[in-house]
Formats: sequence, structure tokens, C-alpha cells
Amino acid sequence: MKYSSQAVAKPYFIFALILLAGELLFGILMGIQYVYGDFLFPLIPFNVLRMVHVNLLIVLLLFGFMGATYYLVPEEAEHELWSPKLAIITFWVFVVAGVLTILGYLFVPYAELTKLTFNNILPTMGREFLEQPLPTKVGIVIVVLSYVLNTAMTVIKGRKTVITTVLLTGLIGLAVFFLFSFYVPDNLIEDKFFWWFTVHLWVEAVWELILGAILAFVVLKVTGVDREHIDKWLYLIIAMTMVSGILGTGHHFFYMGAPEYWLWIGSISSAVEPLPFFLMILFVFTMSKERKIQHDNEIALTWAKGTAVISFLGAGVWGFMHTLAPVDMYTHGTQLTAAHGHLSFYGAYVMIVFTVISYAMPILRGRPHGNCKAAQKRELIAFWMMNIGMVGLTLALTVAGIMQIMDQRVGTHLVGFMESQASISSVYFVRLGFGLLVFAGLLVYFSSFFVKEDKK
Amino acid sequence: MPDNAVKKELYPPGDFGVWIIIYVELITFGLFFIGYAFSRRANLEMFNHSQLMLETTSGFINTLFLVTSSYFVVKAVTSIQNLTHDRREEFNKKASKWLLLAMLFGAGFLVNKIFEFSHMFGEGLSLSTNKFFMFYFMLTGFHFMHVLLGTVILFNIFQRTRIHGYTVEDHKGIISGAAYWHMVDFLWIILFPLVYIIR
Repeated sequence: MKYSSQAVAKPYFIFALILLAGELLFGILMGIQYVYGDFLFPLIPFNVLRMVHVNLLIVLLLFGFMGATYYLVPEEAEHELWSPKLAIITFWVFVVAGVLTILGYLFVPYAELTKLTFNNILPTMGREFLEQPLPTKVGIVIVVLSYVLNTAMTVIKGRKTVITTVLLTGLIGLAVFFLFSFYVPDNLIEDKFFWWFTVHLWVEAVWELILGAILAFVVLKVTGVDREHIDKWLYLIIAMTMVSGILGTGHHFFYMGAPEYWLWIGSISSAVEPLPFFLMILFVFTMSKERKIQHDNEIALTWAKGTAVISFLGAGVWGFMHTLAPVDMYTHGTQLTAAHGHLSFYGAYVMIVFTVISYAMPILRGRPHGNCKAAQKRELIAFWMMNIGMVGLTLALTVAGIMQIMDQRVGTHLVGFMESQASISSVYFVRLGFGLLVFAGLLVYFSSFFVKEDKK
Repeated sequence: MPDNAVKKELYPPGDFGVWIIIYVELITFGLFFIGYAFSRRANLEMFNHSQLMLETTSGFINTLFLVTSSYFVVKAVTSIQNLTHDRREEFNKKASKWLLLAMLFGAGFLVNKIFEFSHMFGEGLSLSTNKFFMFYFMLTGFHFMHVLLGTVILFNIFQRTRIHGYTVEDHKGIISGAAYWHMVDFLWIILFPLVYIIR
């Protein structure tokens, strides 16, 4: 570790991983509810589990991004973090706010929660991903602002690199676009617009900048390729991401009462959206081929390659599958969307968190050359278990989605929702099996942290 | 070096990255052009009628602006390519003059287009008027943004020539910028007849 303040990243990484375990656990509980409808009823209904599942995802990724930022920014800026104390305070504020919110979801009926948290003063609750009560939302704003401030001040005081510039742009975007979550218009169509201004512009625009910056940093470190070379790739990837991603918001405005031109803008722009992900594959594999050093931490590069490939599949291929308006008319809101959602969030964002943890955590634990071979081997097994699990889960959901579409939208004998779900139940079993494989993979991954170092 | 050896020519010229962007842009516009063509075939009468409301003269003037501007960019690139070590300053200066003219013509396009847009908005026409105007505003609007970006790129290159930044060995930047500007010009050369003229 070059700068002592980089150590603040450690609690962020650990907490992100704990939340990931919770994320998977709640996913599995839901997977069981898909096959045994009354499982956990009336203790935790499906809608509550789902809300916890998606909210945990957002929070764990934010913790991961923050950890990654606090680790990489001092090294890039060649300057200690502006305020490590602020980073630690922010950590605890976020932990407390996050845990209280999840407990609120689990133990207080949502309608009651809205009353308790002043939703009547400024109604912001109820929208998927943005279900957080008002105090939590305000808390997120404060946490994110202090995060942006800490990062910006460090960058200003130190060396400016393309990686930190891209990262900071992403962070500012993250803060700005979250503000749309405070506005809930009465008009349902306008409401959808503002909802997507946060959700879409996060995951398909500014978060991709954060992803690109973290990926570039890790690749730079483990391959030793010239910075200039990596910067060029990063510019190219983010330029394409921003252009296609921003206009691609249009693919959420199909057939909901918005003007027809969104069908064209949304379809064509989002057809371009897989390209930056494809470029990311080219980038990581080219850099790996042209590497100038053979870093002992081989698994970090494996995670980086995995991020590029799985994010291309999840966000790129599975996204494109149903992004064209005429196709989306039949596929909208089916399990095909869930398939895309799962693999893209996992491939692009969960995996980049794994990548940076895999690179930084050994250093933070006093192992500058990475973990020992045995630990890396264990991590590799976890890598494959989780990836096979996620791809299997995605394929199962894709089959479920196609069956749903045939049953309810394009087939000759259309059936009702519950009847269709019953016909898919065997596929849901398969999905659950792959979900368990992912969870087992995560446990193997955790165990890799406890493999004893070789005594040299 | 053996006598028959020739210096390896860089292909494609400029930065490889700019070519990826150019191809993606061409594909994107291409998809819009195809969309336009199919929609036109399905609504021939409405398209032909709506087309009559366009200001063809203004479109033609803009074509001249862009084509001429592209010519100036070619002249700027040639100046840089012909520079020698001892006359670096002189050739960079020459290139900067050509680039200034190119930018002026680019700006001319933008101003003229703003007048055209404001006139059409004044007539109550918008993206939602009908399918023809939806395509018209989308295509010309996207293209407008590309001209804007292209002008900014030209400005950056222009700044570099003012500090005599290009050398015989390193002038990839100006070639990349020129390639982008030609793409903007090329797209207009297709867009103008397709949307304004062909009936």
C-alpha cells in the first residue's frame, strides 16, 4: 500500500461483501417462493423480499464503488486521501442508514413505513429501486456528496489522471441523477421519465464511467501497460457509453404513452449500447496480451477479463435481445427482463467490485504480490462457480421468459398469468439450483480469505 | 534500409479509435436512413407533401458550407503533411489559417440551421407533427450535434497548430479530427438529398 489513507477502503469492501451475501440469500428465498408460493408466508411476502433484494444490490454496489475509489484515488493522485476521517464517518453513517432501512422494510409494513418516514411531506417512495424512505434518501445524498467532495479534493490536490477524471465525472453524475428520485410527478408517464432519469442514467451511463475507471486502474496495475495506451481505450469506451447510454434511455419509454419518436431513438441508440462492452473485452484481452509484467496476483486479471465478458453478455447481448421496440412489445416485463437484469448487474457491477477487491484486498492485508497460490486457486474455483451459476440462472430465466411470452403474448392458445407460471415451475427449479450454486461459490470465495499464507 | 524499402504507411490514417467511432456513427445513421426509407414507402403521399414544407435553399447553402469547410480541412492537413523540420512554424501557421476558415464555415452551417429550426418551430412543426417531421428533426437534430462536436474538435486542432504542435512524425491528431469532420460532411451529403430532395 503506497498511501496509508488507502486503508479506509477495507471496511467498505468487507461490508460490500457482507451485503452481497445478504443479497444472494434474499434472492434464494425468492427463488424458493417461485416454486413454493406460500414459503415464508405471511412472515415475509414476495414484494418485501424483492424490495430488499434490489435495494441491497444498490447499496452493496455503492459500498464497493466507494471502497474502490478510496483505494485507487490516493494512488492515482499520488496524494493521501483528503480526509480519511470523513471517509470513515461516511462509512458508519451509511452502514447505520442502510441497516435501519432494510430492517424497516422487513419489520414494518411498507404503508406504515411511508407514514413513519414523512412521505406525506415529500412523497418519494414506492418506485422500484428507489423505495427508500425520505430520511434514507437524504442520507444517501449526504453520503454521496461527502464521497464526491473527498474524492474531488484529493484529485485537486494531487496528480490528475484520465482514470480519476473519468471516475470523478461518474461520481458527480451519480450524485446529480439521484436527485431525480426526489421528484414524483402525478402524471404516470412523467413519473416513469423521472424514475428512469435516475435508474437508467445510473446503470447505463454514469456507473459505466465508474466501471471503466476501476477496470482501467486494475488493468494498468496488473499488466504494466503504458498509461497512455490505457487512457486512449478508456476515452473511447466512455465516449461510446455516454452517447449510446444517454439516448438509450429511450428504450424505457416504449408504449407507455410517450411520443412515437422514442421507439426510434430508443431502439437505435440501444442497439449501439453493446459496443462499449465489446470494446471493453477487446481492451482487457489486448492489454493482457501486451502486458509488460507478470503480476503474481493472477486472479485479479482473471476477474477483470470476467467482468468484460460477462458484462458484454449480460448488458450487451441480453440487453439487445429485447431492446428493439417491435421485440420489446412482446417481451416487456417478462422473465427475459429479469434474465438481462441479473446478468448485467452481476457482470458489470458485482464483478468489477470483485475485481478491485481481488486486486486491492491482498495489498490492504499486507500482501503486495497478491494472495498465495492456494488462495488464488480457491478464488478461481469460486469465480467459476459464481459465473456458471449466474449464466445458468440467466439461461433458466430466459427460457422462463420465452415460455411466458409464448403462453401469454404470441402463442395461439393464450393462457392466464398463474396458469403460465405453473407451466414454468420446473424451469424455476433449475433457476433455484443455479442460484444455490452462486451462493455456494460466494462461500468458497469467502473461504479463500482464510487460506493460510505459505511461509517463505 | 534497403533501397526498395518504402516507409510503412499508416492505415487507416489517424488514430484507430476515431475509426471505430466513425463506423459506429455511420451504422447508427445508416439505421435511421433505412428507417426513413421504409417509413416513407409506407406513407408516400404524406412524406412528399410534408417535404414541400422544407427550405431546400437553406439546405443547399448548408451543403455548400460543409463541403467547402471540408476542403479547407484538407488544405490544413496537406499543410501539416508537407511541413519540414526547419519550416515547422510556417506550416503550422498555414494550417491554422485553413482551420479557422473551416470552423467559420462550420459555424455558418450551425447558424443557418438554427434559423431553419426556429422558422419551422415557429410554424408549429415538431417531432410529433407526423412521421416525416419526426425523422426530419431526429436526423437533422443529431447531425446538428455532430457538426457542433466537430467544430469543437476543429477548435482543439486549431489551438494545437497555433502552438506549432504538429510535427512530421506526430500529426495523428489533425488527421483523426479531419476524418471525423469528413464523416460529418459525408453524412450530410446523404441526408440532404434523402430528406430534402428525393421525391
